[in-house]
Amino acid sequence: MPDPPPRPADVRDGVVLGAAVGLFGVTFGVLATTSGLGVAQACAMSLLVFTGASQFAAVGVLAAGGSPASALGSALLLAARNGVYGLALHRTLRGPRLRRLLAAQLVIDESTAMALGQADPRHAARAFWVTGVSVFVFWNLGTLAGALGGDALGDPERWGLDAAFPAGFIALAVPHLATRAGRVAAVTGAVVALVAVPLTPAGAPILLASLGAVVALRVAPGPGEPGPDDIVRDPAP
Amino acid sequence: MSWWLLVALAAGAYGFKAVGLLAFDARPPSPAVLRPLRLLPPAILAGLVVVQTFAADGTLVLDARAAGVAAGAVLAWRRAPFLVVIVGAAAVTAGVRALG
Repeated sequence: MPDPPPRPADVRDGVVLGAAVGLFGVTFGVLATTSGLGVAQACAMSLLVFTGASQFAAVGVLAAGGSPASALGSALLLAARNGVYGLALHRTLRGPRLRRLLAAQLVIDESTAMALGQADPRHAARAFWVTGVSVFVFWNLGTLAGALGGDALGDPERWGLDAAFPAGFIALAVPHLATRAGRVAAVTGAVVALVAVPLTPAGAPILLASLGAVVALRVAPGPGEPGPDDIVRDPAP
Repeated sequence: MSWWLLVALAAGAYGFKAVGLLAFDARPPSPAVLRPLRLLPPAILAGLVVVQTFAADGTLVLDARAAGVAAGAVLAWRRAPFLVVIVGAAAVTAGVRALG
């Protein structure tokens, strides 16, 4: 298979997304150390656990006086969605098992979304690796800076950065909305998540949203419908 | 936080990440499994958007995030570049917060 044409926009987008995540890494470092974790523990958590929502949940439960077991439970329920991401990425990430075991540590919201937003599977693998490595580097640098007390940037929410991620995920979903099945999957996933947020513990709504894929097959099973992997996107941005 | 808790959390988180990627190593997925898998991306992305836009501490809220994400959705629908979408969404949310 020849190398895909260069898509510098993918690389740039992945790096910028990682930098934005890094600012939340600073917030995590500050929160972790003010919640009683040492600098080494905060940094070890970002290196080894490396899934932001779970890290915030674990530290938050402990800071609120929760037991280690409930901290672990809340965090792992949030981490379970990464398993679904792995299933969705199985076509993108192929090759030697060792490389995939390394890739596994980078399977998170941003790297998955960037990979799934590329129609060409060859672009998808690069988008995954660039975004995953970028988020890993910036998240860990941010954690270190925050844990050492470098909270000079202030709250990233003041800059609206918490809205940047869902907006970016919408942009990445657009190619999947070209088919009726894709639209049904997206709408069903959104509705299920909306209903689940007040009814289920954090982490469950995104897991339940994946049921949208099953519903879409029932509603729009037409064999002539091209799958998301068959969509040919404009080669140039 | 004890180190054992940290190690358990790291092991569990990595386990979830790896199990999905390696799930089909033993046996390739049948078409019956493959077809819903191909529709996972729009379902997952939509779920993420909803949770990150409207969820706060287990409740649904309508706050400055929704304004920014709505602006981002319009930009995305008009096929604006990715960076324009995320910067536009952040700017609108920051603006609403500054006014509020």
